[in-house]
Amino acid sequence: MAATDSPGSPGALRSPGPKGSAGRPARPVNWAVRAVAGRVSFYFFVALVTVFFALPLTWLVLAPFEAHPTFVAGLSQPTLSNFATIFDDPGVLVSLRNSLILALATMVVVVACAAFAAYALSRVRIAGRDIMLYVLLLFSSVVSGSAAMVPLFLLVFDLHLINSLTGVILVLAGGLLPAAIFILKDFMDSVPTSYEESARVFGASPFQILRDIVSPLVRPGLAVIAVWAIVQVWGNFLIPFILLRSSSLTPGAVEIYSFYTSGGSVNLALISTFSLIYTIPVVVMYLFVQKRYGFRFHGGIKR
Amino acid sequence: MVPAMALIGVFLVFPALWTLYLALTNYRLTGLSAAHPSFVGASNYSQAITGGDFAHSLVITLVYVFGSAAIGQCVLGFALAWKFREWRSRFRRVVEALVIVAWIIPSSVVAYLWIAYLQGSIGPLVESGTLDTVLGVHTNWLSQFPLLSLVIFNIWRGTAFSMLLFGAALQSIPPSYLEAAKLAGASGWQQLRDVVLPRTKGYVLTTLLLVSLWTFNDFTPYLLTGGGPSNQTEVLPVYVYQQAFQQGSLGYGAAISVVMLLINLLIALVYIRMLKERR
Repeated sequence: MAATDSPGSPGALRSPGPKGSAGRPARPVNWAVRAVAGRVSFYFFVALVTVFFALPLTWLVLAPFEAHPTFVAGLSQPTLSNFATIFDDPGVLVSLRNSLILALATMVVVVACAAFAAYALSRVRIAGRDIMLYVLLLFSSVVSGSAAMVPLFLLVFDLHLINSLTGVILVLAGGLLPAAIFILKDFMDSVPTSYEESARVFGASPFQILRDIVSPLVRPGLAVIAVWAIVQVWGNFLIPFILLRSSSLTPGAVEIYSFYTSGGSVNLALISTFSLIYTIPVVVMYLFVQKRYGFRFHGGIKR
Repeated sequence: MVPAMALIGVFLVFPALWTLYLALTNYRLTGLSAAHPSFVGASNYSQAITGGDFAHSLVITLVYVFGSAAIGQCVLGFALAWKFREWRSRFRRVVEALVIVAWIIPSSVVAYLWIAYLQGSIGPLVESGTLDTVLGVHTNWLSQFPLLSLVIFNIWRGTAFSMLLFGAALQSIPPSYLEAAKLAGASGWQQLRDVVLPRTKGYVLTTLLLVSLWTFNDFTPYLLTGGGPSNQTEVLPVYVYQQAFQQGSLGYGAAISVVMLLINLLIALVYIRMLKERR
């Protein structure tokens, strides 16, 4: 592996003269040693990286199957009973339902709005369109998060949407839309306008064109946006945390937090099992998109 | 197009502008100033500058951003993409999957995962976490080395993005370029400096920008430490939350938000300038 070669031998790029082995008989041996050393250090690097990334995950994978989980990942008494008892907790099913409502509703709003907006932006030439989109994208990655929690809270409060799922859905959708439009516009741009023109010649209405011509062609894009929006909402903690008050509305992301902060000793079986259940949909959806559409969502940027 | 722009306008652009106004008032969560906030001018800002808390949070945030995002995630992400680029092995997908899983797990799950992982034994009743057991030590990482723990945590958490983006960047370099450099006797380091970096500068800067912005606004430290022990991990988002919602000083929280927005803008402008210079 070349990457572990010493940074020495300066000027090698500048003097690529013939490296005749006649004058330097030690050269082949040197190369072999270097190659072996490179290989060894490469696998050492791989091992380090694997341990670094895998070790924290072991607890998440093992503790739910342990009869009496501790902080140490281990499997001394394997059991599946945690999965049965976890639903005795009153918060679990309710919070899963809330997460599902938030994720699906936000996804519908984002996909619908982004599809129309991206189509319009892709077909209409507006001066400064690309710059506006880029600014909005930067803006959304900043404002939808922590820097705007005060005005978002007051805005939702004044709209009388505090402590309601609707408020959370609207705020999340507003924050996700710029990135969704950005991704979707790329897909729309790749659809040739000649398809739509010929449909128009045959008398199709704009809505029919969108439904019958464009949307089938950009379906991968819509699917990616949908999954991406669900994953973002599913994991979002801050917005529901500040906008929701009653425990009957909190989604799973906030529920997990209340498991370990509401005082008393933490029920490790409950929190680890719920964490695993809460994680699986995200991982499955990610794998689905990657398998089905061949690329990964880069957190909103596809380049 | 209209519904999208309305949503963006109401829930994205308007809050940002409203912050500017709120920052000039003494708006409070409860009490008299909640019903009738009055205009207090720049006093929120002067409070931020003269009180030491804000400066303290700002320094911590910068350490967090530079240590974990700009340096940690980007360097490790680049190293992974670079070292794995020619590695044909089933194990490569396993390692990459691990890195990506760390990135896509919901943040509250990840937070407790790391609390458990870094747990140190406080007394005979509480066992150590996995890390202490593996290393054979008795360290309560989150209370003894809180900021360092957060930096390491965030490297673990976010390296996937850099790895994926740099992976795509390296694929955009024609293999023949690297072959030629290798034949010319360039070491790995020289190939990086003379062939790879000039051709991937745009990717590198974009990644740096996004990763820095995300980390700067990251609220996850709150889930791990709540800002403690004794303000040692009170990054700006946590500081805003505590001032606005726990102390109830919405006006002051808004002022800090404005400063955060300005710093975000500054970070973005610096990178965009560097991107332009390249062209």
